[in-house]
Amino acid sequence: MTQQTVNPEVARLRVQRGGPNDDPILEEFEVPYREGMSVLDALIWIRANTDSSLAIRYSCTNANTCKECMVKVEGKTVYACTERLGTVPVTVGPLTNKRLLRDLVTDIVPPKEKLSALLGRDAD
Amino acid sequence: MTADVVTDVLVVGAGGAGMYAAIAAARNGADVVLVDKSLIGRGGATIMAQMTVAAAVGEQEADHWTHHLQDTLEAGRGLCNGELAAILCEEAPIRIREMEDWKVGWAREGNHLKQVMAPGHQIPRCVYADFLNTGPAVAKTLRTQIGRADNIRRAGELTITSVVVEGGRVVGAVGLDVETGAAVTIDAKAVILAAGGLTRLYRRNSASVNMGGDSYALALRAGAELVDMEFVQFFPIGHLAPRMVGMDPIMWDPFRYKLGGRLLNGKGEEFVQNYGHAEVTDKYTAPRDVVSFAILQEVAAGRGSPAGGAYLSFEHIPEAELRAAFGPVIDRLADNGIDLTKRGIEVSPIAHYHMGGVRVDAQMETAVPGLYAAGEAVGGANGANRLSGNAIPEAFVFGERAGRFAAAQAVGQESGWSAAAAAAALDEISSSLDVSATHSGAGLSGMLVELQELMWEDVGLLRTAAQLERALARIREMRAEIGDHPADSDHRFALSMQDWFDMRNSLLCAEAIVLGAQRRTESRGAHQRADFPLTDPAQAHNLVTRLDTAGLTVTQVPLVSHDFELVPLEAAE
Repeated sequence: MTQQTVNPEVARLRVQRGGPNDDPILEEFEVPYREGMSVLDALIWIRANTDSSLAIRYSCTNANTCKECMVKVEGKTVYACTERLGTVPVTVGPLTNKRLLRDLVTDIVPPKEKLSALLGRDAD
Repeated sequence: MTADVVTDVLVVGAGGAGMYAAIAAARNGADVVLVDKSLIGRGGATIMAQMTVAAAVGEQEADHWTHHLQDTLEAGRGLCNGELAAILCEEAPIRIREMEDWKVGWAREGNHLKQVMAPGHQIPRCVYADFLNTGPAVAKTLRTQIGRADNIRRAGELTITSVVVEGGRVVGAVGLDVETGAAVTIDAKAVILAAGGLTRLYRRNSASVNMGGDSYALALRAGAELVDMEFVQFFPIGHLAPRMVGMDPIMWDPFRYKLGGRLLNGKGEEFVQNYGHAEVTDKYTAPRDVVSFAILQEVAAGRGSPAGGAYLSFEHIPEAELRAAFGPVIDRLADNGIDLTKRGIEVSPIAHYHMGGVRVDAQMETAVPGLYAAGEAVGGANGANRLSGNAIPEAFVFGERAGRFAAAQAVGQESGWSAAAAAAALDEISSSLDVSATHSGAGLSGMLVELQELMWEDVGLLRTAAQLERALARIREMRAEIGDHPADSDHRFALSMQDWFDMRNSLLCAEAIVLGAQRRTESRGAHQRADFPLTDPAQAHNLVTRLDTAGLTVTQVPLVSHDFELVPLEAAE
């Protein structure tokens, strides 16, 4: 549809925003492109430079050991930290088989490791 | 009013130290709550450990813990807390064997544990799990043990914002539930701080996102003391280029343990031998502080690699040998376009570990009754420079002790919970929900980037009085800029609120590092002053940091020494 200008120094991401009761919207972000960068690099850059309200979940950042950064890129389930970004725009969304918390964050937490369970047990 | 959660022992941080502390407290009869701002057993530094775990198990060659202690003290450049270092070395083999019983899967050779040589050790002492899998194996093993204990409850994505103190002792904590943005109160008779170090304060780091200094800031604000805050360890050969994803930047360390490799400057020459340590090709022996300093000096002299570091080359090692040592890792490198037989990769120093930390006694208790620390959060055991392989045994040994002694104190004790004492901490969280002002744009996530840059440039590997003065002024401005509570809330998955609490902690820690670095007018281990290049024997003491109404203060205290006799290795057989 719209003409894509190819700028080798910019990566474009369309990121799904919103909570469980919102109509999801795709928000477009531009980030400086560096060769070999990951989708997570871009999301961290967006939080630091453009919009810190973007909800993402990650811990180890680069090692692919924490396994917290699972998202959908172009509909495919990937780890954001190992998915390379090119100069072609990509769509990033939350996992679709888990309860959505907000933006790219879903409820992947085991039931026995959640605060709600802890509070529930205390209530009885 | 009663608290939302009631327990005997609260453990803050669910990495190696926190999980071991929870297990130990539970088996000593305590009801335990284990929390982490990330997910349980996934965040923190432990899970990222690539390889070496130092312990004098003496399976491959005769060894005795006093020899491990001697190497630890030597690496620490005269500043180690001798008592804590001795505990670490003496109990490490016990914990390594307990982990073996829990089926962690340490690498074996024939009928013994396989042990590798690491820099600063006199004999091959370090156990590990293949391939580069020590951290994940340890985390999984401890998480399994946690799951089997019915008196350990746990919650991820709960950020502890304050330890609550009443009548001079710990009575619990207040936290932020990240999912909802709500405050949570926890009534606990003992609190163990096991939330790791502060390496995220630096631009180049190997940190998880939660390594922003929480343990230290929580301790200071609860009235406890810190020690040796000026000593941040820079790991000399962090990955620099080409960009590599899905691999820890520390991964070249194990390559050097197994294969040696050659460290070269931009002109292709070996250079470490020019900086006071005769490292021989293919022998990985030079200590971390020496190599970091050497790379920095080569870059400053215009002899760096293109990306601003040094080359690490394995080109002389046959592919079959590479593959035998690292198997599937070689394929992961190929996915990143790296072929070690064809060319070297570029490496540079990277913030890796904090020697300083919470000041504790041999029972891991701070000066505030009921407040304990474990793991990297503890200061002193490693002095001015940590010996390779000591971080994971420290997590195990100090974690086990903190859990055991906290349980002994907490079990059977009356709750001291006080809603009045928790009120200020609760207000910080709830007041942000009423404020209409919302920030937009970069917010505090952008301020962190500025702090990381500042710490890297002015409070990094080589420091001067002028740089430290400039850094201190800016850090104090930033502390004023963030105000006294979060500016807004996202409510659902409240990262912006968490950013504020993170920033408050990180800025307090940054100031503590600068104040220590200003006070220490010498170069020693990881603390290098361009304006005071020599080690000053008169400064063989520790610096202690406290927070009072006037702010942070630094005072000097005598070293904690510990007499021991080196047991001859023939006798240890």
